[in-house]
Amino acid sequence: MAKMSKTKTMSSKRVKKSSEGSETKKHVVYDEEEERLNEADVNITSEEEEGDDGYNDERKRQKLLEAINALGVQRKKKLAERSEASVYMSDFTVTAEGEGDKMDLSELIVTVDKNPAVPAKTKKQLKNLEQSKKTIECSLSKQESERIQRDVAFQKASTEVSKWKGVIKQNQRAEQLLFPLNQEPTGPKAMERVVTRWKVQTPLEQDIFALLSANKQPINDPILTPAEEASLSAMSLEEAKIRRAELQKARALQSYYEAKARRERKIKSKKYHKVHNKAKRKDFLKQFDEMIKTNPAAAIEELNKVELARMQERMSLKHQNSGKWAKSNVIISKYDKGARKAMQQQLEVNKELTQKLMTSLNNEEEEEVGSPELMPGFVNDTERGLDSSNPWMRGKLSEQPSERIDNLDFTDEGAVVVGNKTEEVNFEEVEETAEEALLREFGHRRKLRLVQEAENMPVIFVDHDNKAAAEYTSNKEEKQLSEFKSLFQVIANSRQDAEAVQADSAEDANQTDSAQLEEGERIRTPEDVEFLSQELSTDEAPVQPQPIQATEKLPSAALKTGKKRKRKRGTELKEVLTTEAKVIQVPIAPAVEDTEDSDEKLEQRGLIKEAFAGDDVISDFLRDKRNQEDAGRPKVVDLTLPGWGEWGGGGLKPSRNKRRRFRIKTVLPPPRKDQHLPSVIISEKRNCSISLHQVNSLPFPFENHMQFESTVRSPVGRTWNTEHTVKKITKPKVITQLGSIIEPMAREELVKNKKL
Amino acid sequence: MPPVRYWQENGKDENQAGGDGGKAPQQKEPKTKKRKQEEAKGGGKKFISGKPDPFPGPAPIPQDRLDKFKRKETIKKRRKQHYKLKDMISRSEETSQMAQKQAARFDILLPEDAGFLEGEEEEDTCTISQEDIADAVDITSGAKYFNLKLSQFGPYRVDYSKTGRHLLLGGRRGHVACVDWQSKQLMCEINVMESVNDVKWLHTETMYAVAQKKWLYIYDSNGIELHCIRKFNDVLRMQFLPYHFLLATASATGFLQYLDVSVGKEVAAICTKTGRLDVMCQNPRNAIIHLGHSNGTVTLWSPNQREALVKMLCHRGGVRSVTVDKSGTYMLTSGMDKKLKVYDIRTFKPLNSYFLPAGASCLSLSQRGLLSAATGDIVQVYRDVWSTPVTKPYMAHRVRGTAWGLQFCPFEDVLGVGHGDGFTSMLVPGAGEPNFDGLDANPYRSVKQRQEWEVKALLEKIQPELITLNPNELGQVDNATFTQRHQDRVTALGFDPLAKEKFVPRFKKKGRSSTGSIEKRKKKVAHEDLRDVIRETVEDKMKVAKERKEKDLKTGVSSGTKSALDRFKK
Repeated sequence: MAKMSKTKTMSSKRVKKSSEGSETKKHVVYDEEEERLNEADVNITSEEEEGDDGYNDERKRQKLLEAINALGVQRKKKLAERSEASVYMSDFTVTAEGEGDKMDLSELIVTVDKNPAVPAKTKKQLKNLEQSKKTIECSLSKQESERIQRDVAFQKASTEVSKWKGVIKQNQRAEQLLFPLNQEPTGPKAMERVVTRWKVQTPLEQDIFALLSANKQPINDPILTPAEEASLSAMSLEEAKIRRAELQKARALQSYYEAKARRERKIKSKKYHKVHNKAKRKDFLKQFDEMIKTNPAAAIEELNKVELARMQERMSLKHQNSGKWAKSNVIISKYDKGARKAMQQQLEVNKELTQKLMTSLNNEEEEEVGSPELMPGFVNDTERGLDSSNPWMRGKLSEQPSERIDNLDFTDEGAVVVGNKTEEVNFEEVEETAEEALLREFGHRRKLRLVQEAENMPVIFVDHDNKAAAEYTSNKEEKQLSEFKSLFQVIANSRQDAEAVQADSAEDANQTDSAQLEEGERIRTPEDVEFLSQELSTDEAPVQPQPIQATEKLPSAALKTGKKRKRKRGTELKEVLTTEAKVIQVPIAPAVEDTEDSDEKLEQRGLIKEAFAGDDVISDFLRDKRNQEDAGRPKVVDLTLPGWGEWGGGGLKPSRNKRRRFRIKTVLPPPRKDQHLPSVIISEKRNCSISLHQVNSLPFPFENHMQFESTVRSPVGRTWNTEHTVKKITKPKVITQLGSIIEPMAREELVKNKKL
Repeated sequence: MPPVRYWQENGKDENQAGGDGGKAPQQKEPKTKKRKQEEAKGGGKKFISGKPDPFPGPAPIPQDRLDKFKRKETIKKRRKQHYKLKDMISRSEETSQMAQKQAARFDILLPEDAGFLEGEEEEDTCTISQEDIADAVDITSGAKYFNLKLSQFGPYRVDYSKTGRHLLLGGRRGHVACVDWQSKQLMCEINVMESVNDVKWLHTETMYAVAQKKWLYIYDSNGIELHCIRKFNDVLRMQFLPYHFLLATASATGFLQYLDVSVGKEVAAICTKTGRLDVMCQNPRNAIIHLGHSNGTVTLWSPNQREALVKMLCHRGGVRSVTVDKSGTYMLTSGMDKKLKVYDIRTFKPLNSYFLPAGASCLSLSQRGLLSAATGDIVQVYRDVWSTPVTKPYMAHRVRGTAWGLQFCPFEDVLGVGHGDGFTSMLVPGAGEPNFDGLDANPYRSVKQRQEWEVKALLEKIQPELITLNPNELGQVDNATFTQRHQDRVTALGFDPLAKEKFVPRFKKKGRSSTGSIEKRKKKVAHEDLRDVIRETVEDKMKVAKERKEKDLKTGVSSGTKSALDRFKK
């Protein structure tokens, strides 16, 4: 009860104070808790003191008054004055009186005006501040400011840390690290170092040193003579640094320029280069014009240069039609517009480059230049336009039929009309005269021969033109041609037969004499057959020689050559075994001829074998080798199943298409090691026992196995190396001194490294 | 002319400057001192006290000697390389160069030269008799020519130990003796009471192997039988591979067997399928065994492969003898066709071919490349058989019976000939290597040294798996495919470690493990992985189809224009 009453009095006091507190600006403490407590107390008291009414009424009235009062004063926060010192002080309880009010600067600096201690300058500044109406930007939020701080701190720290980068990298890459760092090098020290404190004392020494110094000989340190020192001091560190920086800059600039030039050179666009060159030329001309006015001598020199370039261009075969590209293009340009255009462009370039420069300085020579029309454009080509109708003179035998079809239409129109209308389409393709066909035929033969010469392989040609020709023959003059054909065939066959017989006889002869075999025989290749038939065709009428025949001949020829190769290998082996041996003369003849042989039977057998030695040994060996080769060759797996997708049954075979599709060919193995050794069989089996010990995947920094193998090529052990080398090779990566404390690297270390 | 050093130049300058600069500033002293102190702090500068070196720098090494120790060509450096790679390559290059240089420099420490026999004018060296040579040379060397008359147990096989100190004799009729031949001290002498086909020292002179009529036996130097190895029967010829501790034997049944003498295990037994094997030699460079056959072929074998590494047809008749030189470059064969052939065994190409009127039954090469060939009772020695065509022997000597075994003594100019009437030790000047490697084979080693060497050699023993035709193969990267390696692994392990386990249904009680239900359960999980794949692909297809449909719908909506015929669309 006593407590309650006390609080009551306190509250009343507070009310009183709050009414006047607004005027007097005093710092007061607002005690919220206490207030809440008060309210609770009020409730309790209201409940408890229901009994005595008189007192109660008085209290109620008081309360009402208080409430009304409170209404008038716009519900301000009650402030509590901090009256007594306490150990615990909450931050939240600190408030200012009149907190809601705006503070004015003028209010604050009122006292400043009166204070004489404040300098006039600050007063003025304050006044200016007062007058300015600008609002001050609100400070950054806590998070943002913290972030910025963090950023700055990070940058600082990273620069600090990155200073160590060089040292760390150096240590990482070092071959050997010696801890603790910065040890004095062990081993014998130089005399000079040991006796640095030594002084000249005796007169003799003085004399000697006087002499030495008189001759400018080094006294203490024999390494550096005064002259050397002078040379060392010729350039100070600063100077050297500056010079180095200059050099560095120059190098960098050079590299930039180089990079630029490289980039520009790599540009493939012709247009770009054209524009570029044009601009250059324009610039040059401008300069030249100026130069004529200012420095005629130099201009003449420049002109001479141009003239020289022109002469060189004229002398050289550049930009003319004699190059490989140009020659090939001449052929293509007939059918390709683009190629023609390129050709013309090139010629234009040539013209441009060989044109005379027209300036006032050399006008007099102008007349001598002939008109470009008179000069043949194709300088290195054969003269054209003389007899273009003659195909023999054009250097190319075949003329595309498309060029001639138009005028031929007239001649053969009648035939077309007469012919069957359903076959008209065919006829249109085939509208050519006999001579035409012949001509084209020749062209083809020539081409074919060229191709064959190039790759030396039998080529089966089935060409559109040939087909056309064949159709043509079958259509029209079948009877007439069949006679020719048969005639030709007979002749061709007879010739080929004769040739074959010849070859056979030659081979027979070769069998008897192996030496002759190697050089004598003229191998009959498909080319020859081809040539033969061609010869015939020149004699005969426009007959199509049978390409089929030629192809039929091919495999047999190939077979022949293959056989020969095989036989040759055998002979080679024999040769290997029967190479002439040098006979060795022995001065003493053996008296006993292996009499002491125990296994006489075996020896007997050996003797017999010796007598019949030779062929069977060789043939056995050859068979063995062939077997090995065959075993190593990949086998073709045939997975065709009869009856799937087509009819199957007795006497029916799966179609060739199907067989081809289901035949699995494996990749050819690399060539055998004993490919060129006839008398040797080298096993191609993999040695898997050693592969367990081999490295099978490259370790980290290596890029290819060559690098790795080169690093492991030299042995490490003591058996192959001298002691010194072994120690050098196997020295440990890190050496620590026993018992010494290894401290982390100090900052001084860093500074020292920088200096170095 | 040595390269001029900078101080020499300066010296000249000083001399010139000495004329005008009369007075030397004495005050300069402290300055230099200061500088030197700085230098001392910085460290890393070398001082030379006293006189300048008249031949500065390391001594030059002749190029030919350098080339002798060259390992391999250096590879070209690429421009862009990882810095670590760059470091590594440059470092290894540096060390290998250093090793090469050091080796070349230390080559000077091999001072001994090989001798040779020189005849007088018009005199053939082959006509000089052994007695003449023995008389001419010093008394210790002269004592190395001797004959042992052992006519009773008839023709003898010979083997010198690796150091060349000890000699092992094996008579055909059972007599086995080992001798310290230089001191002529008999270590042991036994009769095995059986026919002896071959004798061979093992890694030291304390043990030797004897191939007897039926089995292979191992005796110690006191003649005590240590082992009888029944796995090795009918052995005809033996070779000992000293760095692998392997005893390779060739038997009459056509088997080539390898015995690891350090652990007593048979390493490999290969059926060569070529009949009786009585011609055998080893390639000292790569420990490959060469066998000669009656069909004129020579085959090369390693214990790691069941088939011959190389098969060469060398003679038209049978091969009588084969030998390979120390460097593993040349192989010499002699055959029934009375020919002597020289092959380059690295490329398998014939180099030279000689016709010997009598034919050579035994061949042996010395350390310096001298060839000895026995024709009947004549022993001929040839020089430079491979480089220049030879017409005459270097030396010839007639022994008392047919020569049966030939071997040059290592590190000595001695050729041991076992023949029908005992043993002859011939003097062949220039046969042996004059400089021996004390750590490898020291002829003068004590018992203690031998024991130490034995331990070291056992520690450095090379495993038989590493025997290959090309010994450098180990340093090459194996570029086999993954499948190939997997296959190797499977063969090595005997099972496939990556194979999927087969599903075995759990046994269930109460009749639920009947055959039918087991099959059902199996079927449930059969082809599970395949099913997964199929399921995924089907899902993907469905998805794609759906997307396409949606797209079509969209495009149809966007195009908007409906034709009159659209009404017939479904």
